[in-house]
Amino acid sequence: MIYLQVLANGLVLGGLYAAIAVGFSLVWGVLNVINLLHGSFIILGAYVAFFAHAFYGVHPFLSAPLAGLLLFAIGYSLQGAVINRVIRAPVLMTLTLTFGLDLLLNNAMLLLFKADYRKVVLDPPLGSIVLGPIVLPLDRIAVMILALLMTYGLYRLLRDSKLGRAIIAIRMDREAAALMGVDVMRMQAVTFAIGAFMAGAAGSLLSIIYPISPLNSITFLGKAFVICVIGGLGSVGGAIVGGIALGLIESLTALWFGQEYAVPISFALLVAFLAVRPTGLLGRRGYE
Amino acid sequence: MSALLEIDRVSRSFKGLRAIDDVSLKINAGEIVGLIGPNGAGKTTLVNLVTGMYPATVGHVRFNGQDITRLAPNRIAKLGIARTFQVVQPFPRMSVGDNIAAGALFAGGSGSLADARRRAMELAQQVSIADLFDQPAETLTLARRKRLELAKSLAMSPKILFLDEVNAGLNHAEIDDALRLIGRISQSGITIVVIEHVMKVVLSISTRLVVLHHGQLIADGLPEVVVRDGRVAEAYLGKRYVEASRGAPA
Amino acid sequence: MRTIVILAIVAAFFTALIFGGNYALRLATIFAMYATLALSWNIIGGLAGYPSFATAAFFGLGTYASAILQSSGMPMLLAWPLGGLTAAVFAAVIGLAILHLKGHYFAIASLALVEVLRELVNINDRLTGGGMGLNLPVTQGGVTQQAVYFLAAMLALAVITLLSAAAVHRGKLGFALRCIQQNEDAAVMLGVNARLYKAAAFTLSAVFPGMAGGIYASWVHYIDPSDVFDILLSVKPLVMVLVGGLGTLFGPVIGAAVFLALEEAVWRSFLTVHAAVLGALIVALILFLPHGLMSINRRRLGAGRT
Repeated sequence: MIYLQVLANGLVLGGLYAAIAVGFSLVWGVLNVINLLHGSFIILGAYVAFFAHAFYGVHPFLSAPLAGLLLFAIGYSLQGAVINRVIRAPVLMTLTLTFGLDLLLNNAMLLLFKADYRKVVLDPPLGSIVLGPIVLPLDRIAVMILALLMTYGLYRLLRDSKLGRAIIAIRMDREAAALMGVDVMRMQAVTFAIGAFMAGAAGSLLSIIYPISPLNSITFLGKAFVICVIGGLGSVGGAIVGGIALGLIESLTALWFGQEYAVPISFALLVAFLAVRPTGLLGRRGYE
Repeated sequence: MSALLEIDRVSRSFKGLRAIDDVSLKINAGEIVGLIGPNGAGKTTLVNLVTGMYPATVGHVRFNGQDITRLAPNRIAKLGIARTFQVVQPFPRMSVGDNIAAGALFAGGSGSLADARRRAMELAQQVSIADLFDQPAETLTLARRKRLELAKSLAMSPKILFLDEVNAGLNHAEIDDALRLIGRISQSGITIVVIEHVMKVVLSISTRLVVLHHGQLIADGLPEVVVRDGRVAEAYLGKRYVEASRGAPA
Repeated sequence: MRTIVILAIVAAFFTALIFGGNYALRLATIFAMYATLALSWNIIGGLAGYPSFATAAFFGLGTYASAILQSSGMPMLLAWPLGGLTAAVFAAVIGLAILHLKGHYFAIASLALVEVLRELVNINDRLTGGGMGLNLPVTQGGVTQQAVYFLAAMLALAVITLLSAAAVHRGKLGFALRCIQQNEDAAVMLGVNARLYKAAAFTLSAVFPGMAGGIYASWVHYIDPSDVFDILLSVKPLVMVLVGGLGTLFGPVIGAAVFLALEEAVWRSFLTVHAAVLGALIVALILFLPHGLMSINRRRLGAGRT
């Protein structure tokens, strides 16, 4: 019976994880840039929610779009001003660049917010629901639902909107897209900004579950990596599958080996997947 | 006398599409074989199979009696099979000399870098790019890049050399030069397979003609005979044209 | 120009040693260590073009292997090479699993190694002391004596690494790696056994950092997982090589010197923002000087030249 609980825990977490990773997957899949700032973007979004709650009593769920917009602006500027300039450079360059940018952002956050862990404490707390043998905290369920809604929103944006079509066109063939009238540089900035938006909004949502500190940004970046590799790049479905997979892996590992094994095992699986099936469970797609 | 290269009932599929369909072919030492066929017939695929880029799904490839069907490309290169690429593949930032030396060093049997560079200079002179010996390969014009590609493959001391569309993008004078060069290479003892989709060019130097169409071998023999084969005309010009003109193509 | 720079570094080095006291000795030891790490990384990252982030994994493995051996009574001078050997074997084995990957995938896989190893060391605390760290046997001699001893050890390692790197650059392996970096598929068709050469490069990029780790552990007498399996130890050598000139022979050494000078200057003045300053340096480097300092006065041909 405990397995049902573990399964449920994993699935619920999976929804949030999908939202955490989908922005990262978009930037990697379309721009071929691994955004090492992603973890810090998430944390920044969480801080927005934290301070909005602490000073103005705003519920983190309401802060999510706000955090998303702030991160959108930051992401747009960064891509436009900095990353666009090296987007054709070898992997080494873009990776190192985003690493350097992350050092800057992370250090800035440490100075501004200090390293202390913050947590958003909802008052009154949401409580739990009981479904037969399973106990599920309502806050997590709410987060999962909102995260999945957000992810679905991104999916529709990519498939159905003109913006989405333009982004996909760039991924397929940059030169052809330019010839078709797509402003490639601007679209790249928008893509990165959307990725940042998703990170910020997801960060707001998770502020009620996880403690927040700039020291944590690397944890979420790591999760995003694992989710993208296991699930598969280039599709929203990949992020969802990967997110659920990671949620389940963490829950099961905690059950069988202990909580402290969750991260190393997920990373070991990352290496294993890279070794035998780097395109992930769903395979590498192109957002078609 | 057994064949130098034997392609034995080889097929290759890509995700359900049969690129090469039950092809059998024997190439003997000293020949200049023209491998022709319309675009998409599978000529380059066949070369890729022989040189080990990917394995055949069915069948065997034998070189000097040795089964090389599943051998790694670098091993095959060392055995004496070389090819040029349709889209030339140099090492862009390395000098012309070093590009050629690479072939000599890793497949051509040169014992040291110095030896390989000496051999590279000889070959550069043979193909008339010695004056560019120290230039980075990426600065070369297309015609010269093709000659570099040729020199690289010659540096590998091959027994058999596949020339994949060496004439694409060249003007008439350059093509004539290329053909003379190919003749000289054949005289030095290297068996050559020339892949072309322009009939006229390949007819002037081949001792034998092999025709591929939709991955199948549809003709194999003396050039004069193959050229008059109805099926070959059909492959190039389409059934209706052949029937309309009733007979051999001009 | 390049010889002037190198002579300047050497001169500064010995001046500092003579007049600088223990602080200078410590700085020189770190320089030797940085140079070793950078030269090693350059073989897989610069010559072969495979962006490895595994340096910290090799370094950390070396520290722990060497420390554990010493706590069972093995002498330092034997434990250090064995630390290097451990890292080398690890690299050779893991290489089989990840060297077929390209670009981002390879980078992430190599990065993940650091994380996995760190957590494994943390968890196996009976062997490694876990998060509490591991103490190493105390060495004989006064403070200055020890400082000189360890400087000599690191320097010797740096020289060995430099000589090995020179042999690679000038020989067949370096030539093969350059071919692989510029067009791996064409290289293979030309007869290059890419699998073997990449594995050799990856192993070489591990053995010296492993030994450096061993010496480091003995030098500081105490190691813990977050200290030695630190991603920065993978990134800093990379940045040093970028500063000095990717794929060149002396670039890593020059880059290590410049980087260390900057690091010391910044650390002393801007403690709270030193990460940010490093970040800014990296961004500026990538945007404005991607070919490093050595490219300023010399065109890169990438073949047979250092």
